[in-house]
Amino acid sequence: MAKFTKKKKGDLPAVSTASLPDIVFMLLFFFMTVTTMKDSSLMIKNELPYADQVQKLDKKDRVIYIYAGKPSPRYQDKFGTAAKIQLNDKFADVSEVANYVLAERASKREELQNVLTTALKVDNETNMGLVSDIKQELRKVNALKINYTTRGGTAFQNLK
Amino acid sequence: MARRGAPPEVNAGSMADIAFLLLIFFLVTTTIETDAGLDRKLPPIEPPENPPIIKQKNIFTVVVNKNNDLLVEEEVMDLKNLREAAVKFLDNGGGTGEKGESCDYCQGPKNPESSDHPSKAIISLQNDRLTEYGTYIAVQNELVAAYNQLRNREAQRLYGRDFTEMNDTYLDPKTSDAIKDDLKPKLERIQKMYPQKLSEAEPKNN
Repeated sequence: MAKFTKKKKGDLPAVSTASLPDIVFMLLFFFMTVTTMKDSSLMIKNELPYADQVQKLDKKDRVIYIYAGKPSPRYQDKFGTAAKIQLNDKFADVSEVANYVLAERASKREELQNVLTTALKVDNETNMGLVSDIKQELRKVNALKINYTTRGGTAFQNLK
Repeated sequence: MARRGAPPEVNAGSMADIAFLLLIFFLVTTTIETDAGLDRKLPPIEPPENPPIIKQKNIFTVVVNKNNDLLVEEEVMDLKNLREAAVKFLDNGGGTGEKGESCDYCQGPKNPESSDHPSKAIISLQNDRLTEYGTYIAVQNELVAAYNQLRNREAQRLYGRDFTEMNDTYLDPKTSDAIKDDLKPKLERIQKMYPQKLSEAEPKNN
């Protein structure tokens, strides 16, 4: 029975790694598609306050963002330390908020224009005066739905 | 002389390494974040015609001054006690509602000196221009929490579920329309029992 001699034992064939790149590429494409690069780099300190009675803000296409806070250290010698508003990529004055909101609203699809929310991302050390001014501007252009964006946590964490 | 013929195969063994490198880069830079926050609605800029006359006892005044101190109904209060005080005020039900009905679901002390009916009770929040935003949000959060506490209580009693949980399901874009249609009247009923009347006065100029 020489024909049926067993093959040599103990010599496992190497696992083929040829499909490994395919698997990794699959993962790669997944992450490439879900990644959203931040569209505006923050020029201000933006430590959001804490709250726990929150509502989620999904559907990014229905949101207009307004940032406010103290300029970050590298902009402080140019812009001072008083809290400022940031719209897109530049500092703005209170009077520019209304035009910005109108321009953003006009750039959205028509069926979304009535359901837009304005997200206020304001640093927790900002004075309410600035926030009230922003709110007043928003009322002027009838952007009444706002969302004070917060971090998860209890309200007492805001008080130091 | 070099050997002619088929060109040597390119070794693809390092492709996995390159792909891993890219993968790790995207893994590190990805932030799958959803923002969350307190939803509010601003009042329209034109004042309403014939503003209704509101009795002083139906207004719960909360003032935050420039030193971030809290003044509730003209008394200094700690933020910890604000939620409870707001719940007590809203749930008082000492009188009758718009149509003369008394509040049969209220569990408050029915003090005639405090609010008449949840549908009439108004919380007025006033802040100074120098109030810190963090404090303001903390106060807002506690007041919304007071409303949510009462709404949750009623939702538990009527439907055995929390109002906040029902609302989250309703707002979730993944929820099917059938469930939404089922939830909508329930949510509206509870919102009508405890309507959120949180008025924000314009800040005082110091």
